[in-house]
Amino acid sequence: MTLLEIEAVHVEHKPRGRAPVRAVAGVDLAVAPGQIVGLVGESGCGKSSLARVAAGLTAPSAGQVRYAGRPVTPLGWRRRNADEVGLQMVFQNPYASLNPRRAVGEQLLDGVPAEVAGPARRARVAELLDRVGMPATAAARYPHQFSGGQRQRLAIARALAPQPRVIIADEPVTALDASSQAQVVNLLVGLVRELGMGMLFISHDLALVHEIADVTAVMYLGKIVEAAPTRRLWEQPLHPYTRALIDAVPRISAEPVLPATLAGEVPDPANAPSGCRFAPRCPHAFDRCAEAPPTVATGPSAAVACWLHQPQPAHL
Amino acid sequence: MTSLAEVDPKLAKPLNRRRWLRRVRGATAGRPIWRQPVTVVALSILAAWLLIALAAPLIAPYDPIAQSVDTYQGPSGAHWFGTDSLGRDVFSRVVYGARLSIPLALAIVALALLLGGLLGLVAGYVGRFLDEAVMRLTDLVFAFPQIILAMAVTAAFGPSTGNAILALVIVSWPVYARVIRSAVLTIRGEDYLNASRLLGVGPITTLRRDVLPNSVGPAIVLATLELGNAVLLLAALSFLGLGPRPPAAEWGSMVALGAQDLSMWWVSVFPGLAILTVVLAFNVLGDALRDRLDPRYMNGR
Amino acid sequence: MGALLDIDRLAVALPGPRGPLPILHDVSLTVGEGELVGIAGESGCGKSMTAQTVLGLLPPGAKTTGSARFDGRELLTLDRKGWQRVRGRGIAMVFQDPTAALHPMLTVGTQLTEHMRIHLGMNRKAAQRRAVDLLDQVRLPDPERALRAYPHQFSGGMRQRVAIAGALAAQPRLLIADEPTTALDVTVQAGILALLDRLRRDTGLAVAFITHDLGVLSALTARSYVFYAGRVVEAGPTGALLTGPRHPYTAALLGARPHGGQTGVALTPIPGSPPAPGELPPGCAFSTRCAHVRDECRTAVPPLHPAGPDRTSACVIRTELEVAA
Repeated sequence: MTLLEIEAVHVEHKPRGRAPVRAVAGVDLAVAPGQIVGLVGESGCGKSSLARVAAGLTAPSAGQVRYAGRPVTPLGWRRRNADEVGLQMVFQNPYASLNPRRAVGEQLLDGVPAEVAGPARRARVAELLDRVGMPATAAARYPHQFSGGQRQRLAIARALAPQPRVIIADEPVTALDASSQAQVVNLLVGLVRELGMGMLFISHDLALVHEIADVTAVMYLGKIVEAAPTRRLWEQPLHPYTRALIDAVPRISAEPVLPATLAGEVPDPANAPSGCRFAPRCPHAFDRCAEAPPTVATGPSAAVACWLHQPQPAHL
Repeated sequence: MTSLAEVDPKLAKPLNRRRWLRRVRGATAGRPIWRQPVTVVALSILAAWLLIALAAPLIAPYDPIAQSVDTYQGPSGAHWFGTDSLGRDVFSRVVYGARLSIPLALAIVALALLLGGLLGLVAGYVGRFLDEAVMRLTDLVFAFPQIILAMAVTAAFGPSTGNAILALVIVSWPVYARVIRSAVLTIRGEDYLNASRLLGVGPITTLRRDVLPNSVGPAIVLATLELGNAVLLLAALSFLGLGPRPPAAEWGSMVALGAQDLSMWWVSVFPGLAILTVVLAFNVLGDALRDRLDPRYMNGR
Repeated sequence: MGALLDIDRLAVALPGPRGPLPILHDVSLTVGEGELVGIAGESGCGKSMTAQTVLGLLPPGAKTTGSARFDGRELLTLDRKGWQRVRGRGIAMVFQDPTAALHPMLTVGTQLTEHMRIHLGMNRKAAQRRAVDLLDQVRLPDPERALRAYPHQFSGGMRQRVAIAGALAAQPRLLIADEPTTALDVTVQAGILALLDRLRRDTGLAVAFITHDLGVLSALTARSYVFYAGRVVEAGPTGALLTGPRHPYTAALLGARPHGGQTGVALTPIPGSPPAPGELPPGCAFSTRCAHVRDECRTAVPPLHPAGPDRTSACVIRTELEVAA
């Protein structure tokens, strides 16, 4: 069973007076209960656009997002459907995701279901704060009174208020210091395991995603080029881009070893290369790459879009 | 270049700046109001004007509109602030002026802030057509000199105090609309709005709880600055016979009257000082108010 | 022979509302000619403040004690003129955000050549030629065209290369790089790291590389200093320091980062958060968060003591520590 299904989603941005930019060009992803799906990619690959569509903040230009089997209605001028509040999001910047002028408790109360009434509401807030390792007294304080890591915990507590079944975490620790990074990551992972939620964890940090995700998808220029169970992906990357990403992660070793470099630059999504989008930078590119490679399954919850890994014709 | 031969001071950021700034600011703005001398002075000035306005008949030695033959007397024991061209006691007129000028200016600014703020808020939040419409409307108002437009409006509706207020609200709301709109635009994409919408909070509630409190600050400060402008515009209207009708003691028209002959400086200087003290006091208070409204300036943990 | 940059017992205090706020305590640090030295720590630990001191960028009213010598010359007592000589030709800097160092409305060429014409007295032609050389040196494709472009026309990684080219314009001997790759993607970061390493080898440029990323530290630098709460807590050859940390803070930082181990294993966070300047606990500043804390840690600040070949550590524990995995 899947909780969140992203199907053939396309996202186009239309900047004023310029050609539309296709940020996401056909992405399929699924998140099951208790599962952490990591989505990795570099800046400009469209992962944040995808996150916003997945959470229902913006509408896809094509394709569909389904939560618990029902299509997600993008936010408009109406109040969000009550059966969709179980799909929540944790944002990248904890300094911008809490209203600076409202007490923390008030902001948490927004998400506490209406069935919880009277003094139970306040008790629920205290419970939520406890869940993320913050004291109940935090409810009366304002966001500026907390550090970045603490704010991110508060933001997580707020996302937990409506008892979500899926959380989309868009670079939730990128803005944090080393020590709070680990704290927040552990908190998120613990919550998923304990509450059986699904989580789409979006990050540019492959090493971090490797640490926590069950399944990892790698995105390049609006498309998912490879997805696989995390350990397999890390140990046996099939797509050359996945390989390049892994090799570029600086590692700790007894002697300095410079990470491998990748030729070229990420092209402007406004004029993405035709055919395989990675081909111009790919060390293995050959003539077939002028044509876009299909995504083929390579195992359970594993797929790759690369001409190097096409199934062998049956008659051979 | 990066050699830092010309150094951008922004680059020299002390570490842990956020906390450090909070300490520095907390030391001044976070103090209770009675421990900020400037704010106390401003509050006292406004309190004094309130008292003067209330007790005007007790304070003023003369009838503010009574004319006499003693025209253009300099300040003396009998006439503290001298007399004007019609022999009216300037001190008494300044005292009575507090009853008229302050409430009028407040009313104009408050109404303009309300109208402009509301339009700006909605324009910025809803965007698209509504935004275009409101912005072109502000352009329309900005296209005319304020006083000309105010004159046209009062001329159309007929000269009276009420219509003068209406005219001045019509010419002054666009600045608030613009300021609030741009503040709303900068926070419209903020994730705390998205977060509360995702929790199922309706757009109107979000507008009230998240957008309004975070965008109204600059407009409030602007409003305190505009108070002075309101007094002066009102003066111009009444000088042209389109506002409070003469001989009503109104500070702006008193300044205007005195400005005809500056050798009789006292005729305009004293009401001018009255305007200055009120405007300054409101400005200081506006600043303090903005600091108060912002929890970031409150005492730290 | 002395080191190129020799900081000795440097202390810096910034003016605060309640008196001077000590930011750096007793920092000693050297960078040799052509050496790549790493400076690591979390934000607010004093690593950037050290760089600002060395470049004369401390905010007005800052008080310093100790010494910081560049090429034998004391920096802390320099006047305006003296600083101008040191900056550019002696020490240059690149920042995390290259856009802060580039004027958005001037072409890259104008910015590079104007600088050289004013500070090196070159004529237009010579400056132009040198600018092309510099851009070529930082591996910017098509340097001639790049000269006519504006900063916004480049990607983040390319902008950082342009900023590095600018920093190199006056042939400095020491480049201070303050988190230059933090805002960049890993593949782009790899390119910048390779560039800095090549510059060091080819031109003998010394680099002080400030970062919070221990992986980057290990990949690039030969020797490192770990800062915590305004002090150096551990120093030594980077490889040895990161594979066998002696200070609990270094060990804790290593434990908190993703270490490429088994999937699904939690990271080991450091409890709490770093203390703010002026709010340091008595004794060792890390004592409130340390897993190995003892009574003696809470009374006196442990001094740096030798901890192996070329290594020092400021901890009462004198043995190698296990990194939590």
